[in-house]
Amino acid sequence: MHIIDRRRDPGGKSLSNRQRFIRRARSLVRQAVREASAGRSIKDADKGGEVTVPADGVHEPSFRRSNEGGYRERVLPGNKEFVEGDRVPRPDGGGGKGSKASDSGDGEDEYSFALSRQEFLELFLEDLELPDLAKRQVMGVEESVPQRAGFQSSGSPSQLSIERTMRNAMSRRIALKRPRPDELKAAREALDALKAEEADEEVIAKAKAELDTMRRKMKLVPYLDPLDVRFRRFEQVPQPIARAVMFCLMDVSGSMDQHMKDLAKRFYSLLYLFLQTRYERVEVVFIRHTHEAREVDEETFFYSRETGGTVVSTALDEMHGIIKERFPADQWNVYAAQASDGDNLPSDNVRTLGLLDNVILPLCQFYAYLEVGHGEDGGRFRLSGDEPTGLWRAYQTIVKPDGHMAMRKVNDRRDIFPVFRDLFKKRDSAVAKGGA
Amino acid sequence: MATARKTTKKSTGQTSTSSPPADNLLFTGRDWDFELIDRVNGAIEKIAIGEMGLDPYRSQIEVITSEQMLDAYASTGMPLFYHHWSFGKHYAYNESMYRKGFQGLAYEIVINSDPCVCYIMEENSATMQTLVIAHAAFGHSHFFKNNYVFQQWTDAEGITDYLSFAKKYIAQCEDKYGAQAVERLIDSAHALQSVGIHRYPRSRHLDLRTEREREQQRREHGEALFNDLWRTVPDAKLKRQPKPDVSRRRELLGLPEENVLYFLEKTAPKLAPWQREILRIVRIIAQYFYPQRQTKMMNEGCATFSHYRIMTRLHETGQIDDGSFMEFLHSHSSVVMQPDYNDPRFSGINPYALGFAMCQDIERICIEPTEEDHAWFPDIAGCNDGYGVLRDVWANYRDESVVLQFLSPALIRKMGLFQIVDDEEEEDIEIAAIHNERGYTDIRRALARQYDVSRIDPDIQVVDVDLAGDRRLQLRHDIVNGVSLEEEDAWRVLRHLANLWGYPVVLEERENDEVRKTYETQPSASFE
Repeated sequence: MHIIDRRRDPGGKSLSNRQRFIRRARSLVRQAVREASAGRSIKDADKGGEVTVPADGVHEPSFRRSNEGGYRERVLPGNKEFVEGDRVPRPDGGGGKGSKASDSGDGEDEYSFALSRQEFLELFLEDLELPDLAKRQVMGVEESVPQRAGFQSSGSPSQLSIERTMRNAMSRRIALKRPRPDELKAAREALDALKAEEADEEVIAKAKAELDTMRRKMKLVPYLDPLDVRFRRFEQVPQPIARAVMFCLMDVSGSMDQHMKDLAKRFYSLLYLFLQTRYERVEVVFIRHTHEAREVDEETFFYSRETGGTVVSTALDEMHGIIKERFPADQWNVYAAQASDGDNLPSDNVRTLGLLDNVILPLCQFYAYLEVGHGEDGGRFRLSGDEPTGLWRAYQTIVKPDGHMAMRKVNDRRDIFPVFRDLFKKRDSAVAKGGA
Repeated sequence: MATARKTTKKSTGQTSTSSPPADNLLFTGRDWDFELIDRVNGAIEKIAIGEMGLDPYRSQIEVITSEQMLDAYASTGMPLFYHHWSFGKHYAYNESMYRKGFQGLAYEIVINSDPCVCYIMEENSATMQTLVIAHAAFGHSHFFKNNYVFQQWTDAEGITDYLSFAKKYIAQCEDKYGAQAVERLIDSAHALQSVGIHRYPRSRHLDLRTEREREQQRREHGEALFNDLWRTVPDAKLKRQPKPDVSRRRELLGLPEENVLYFLEKTAPKLAPWQREILRIVRIIAQYFYPQRQTKMMNEGCATFSHYRIMTRLHETGQIDDGSFMEFLHSHSSVVMQPDYNDPRFSGINPYALGFAMCQDIERICIEPTEEDHAWFPDIAGCNDGYGVLRDVWANYRDESVVLQFLSPALIRKMGLFQIVDDEEEEDIEIAAIHNERGYTDIRRALARQYDVSRIDPDIQVVDVDLAGDRRLQLRHDIVNGVSLEEEDAWRVLRHLANLWGYPVVLEERENDEVRKTYETQPSASFE
């Protein structure tokens, strides 16, 4: 008998099968992931977790006998009251017959399993990208990658190139005619043979001299010489990297009700998640505004409350200031997303438009405007839910079909993800589509 | 793949060193280590081989974690298997069931190979390790080695080598032809797995090692014969050959053929050599598992009876203490529990329960027969060689025949077995036989049929194809007792079949020579 301890063996033997399964059920899993994420709170949006897919999509068929109809005999245990010839009504829904059908879980209607955070995010954010990530900057030393660049005669032992070293050693040994061990052995044996057959003194002396020369040569010409040693050489090649900054502008004024703020925050949390997962080097700037705008940190942006009037241009001013100060537009890809309920101080509309059209848009690669509306029951205070808001009307005038600005409206939690995908889906051309 | 019945686990065990107890006891407490396993194995061997006369394979015991056990589940317990998403699906399912606590894990998995590989979980207690070694490394292993069905159909020495060949071959195909193409082919092959079995042994003997060499030779032969010049030879004038008549044509193709995968591998017009080889791999592995289905009940019976007897003897000889024995009994009795037909836990006859009860009953007949036993089993009643008779039963019968010959009236009464008839045309279910004089034979016969795999699986055969004509593949399902095929699945499988065949496929369901239903499909995306 052998006992083998397999506990230390690498786990995850099924990992490859699991990946195949997820790829197979991709569309189903993707659907499930998106449905799952709609119901989650903002904080949990990026957790992995259980998803359920309909079993139908991953069903493995086989020829089997139907569970219904026909003439069936069956032997059951545990008879207590029946005697031969008794008749009992058939239990509902096939009754006892059904239980025989499947014991492998194939009979399940739904199929649930747990996804890791990474798997979840990958499916969740599939096919999304920042449009037009174009401006590239050559950075200093810290943004360089090592690249192979031949060999050198000094270096750290870890970079020793054994192949190259041995090659040098060999060519040197051949060039200096260092005798090989087998040659030496042959010469020695020849000498022994000569001695054994008691050949001519002279012949023996000659062979001996030859052997001595060989031995000396072997000592003089080392097998491996410090001269032979070569090390792999690397060069640091500066790497052009794309730098991007995303401005998140959110209206937190009194006119935004709880529902709207929730929608806007959901949108930004998606955006933030997306940027964090996909782009390591994207800076995010959070600006929230009422009648005055302020740059805040992530925590404040998502979780604190404030109230006041609405002046959109203040946020744009703030953004402009930050760009000038920290993110020069010739070095940075600038993106912005603005969420608002569409209310603005009417007198501010003109200034906002001017600022946006002349200053902000030329600096931006892409500008998304998201208008959050009331929920389905929240619209009763409005005369007409479909009436475009002031800001929407104003923005419409500057949206061009091939421009860098897009506008979308969102009324319900369910719409957030489709709209988000629509805004950031991969495009073939770099043209951002215009608004509604 | 016999697994001890699934029960929820207790706290995890640790593998700290336990000193050998002073007296006769093999161990105390629940901790175990490798030395202890070795000691226990020796003690079991004395009883199993010395007293019971078992003849198991050499064993190889592998200690694994619960995660590895889940891995093993996913690949039907085999140590290595080719990659396919369906195994990932089973893994994901089992994993989520396990995490939620709906389902515990088996204590062990045993593989029909030589040496016999037994996986045991690290978190089992010392008593449980003793139990699973007795159960798997001796009980199952003896059955695998000696039962004629396994001897006839499986090659215990070659299986691991063959699986590793299959895994490599399929991985190579994925590299060469793309993972998608291979996956689609395996999907189709899996759908036909249940009709990829030779039910009747032929003269040839399965040897998986030569199987692998033959694949190599086939390919080399093909490459050696390849000569590009043949391409340039002008086509011979097509001579109108007289059409062979239908019966001659079928004979040439070896029809009717019940092994659909085999037929496709040999005859499908459009498949590439590597595709045929993959069909072959799926078919051979399905064939390897075929004996397991035929002998599930007695295989478990043999293992359960062995572990029960071994543990009892260990206790009697003072090698395990009362506490361990109680722990064993608790686990054993939940394994062999048979809920009644009207119990909510009932899900068919528990193979462990019936197998164990039959083994005990056979032993009883041999040693303390009653009048009735003398009448029913004149050959074995009172022969006093319980182990000898049992060894014969384990070696020469499968579930169907063992029930038909050895289910005694006493056991029918004890289990309260009764037979029901559920006829579609009747309003009620009829109780056809109960445990009385008139009923014994009927119940025996009906229960035996219940274990007859050829009656559980639908009888589907390839009956005809005109290769020179429209190449429409004709299959027939002979309906037994009016039970037709599950329709939705049948359509799906046929679509897979049509894709493999490359031409239309027709399946007729016949009952008493009348056609009940006809399925016809065209290939939607045939394999090229």
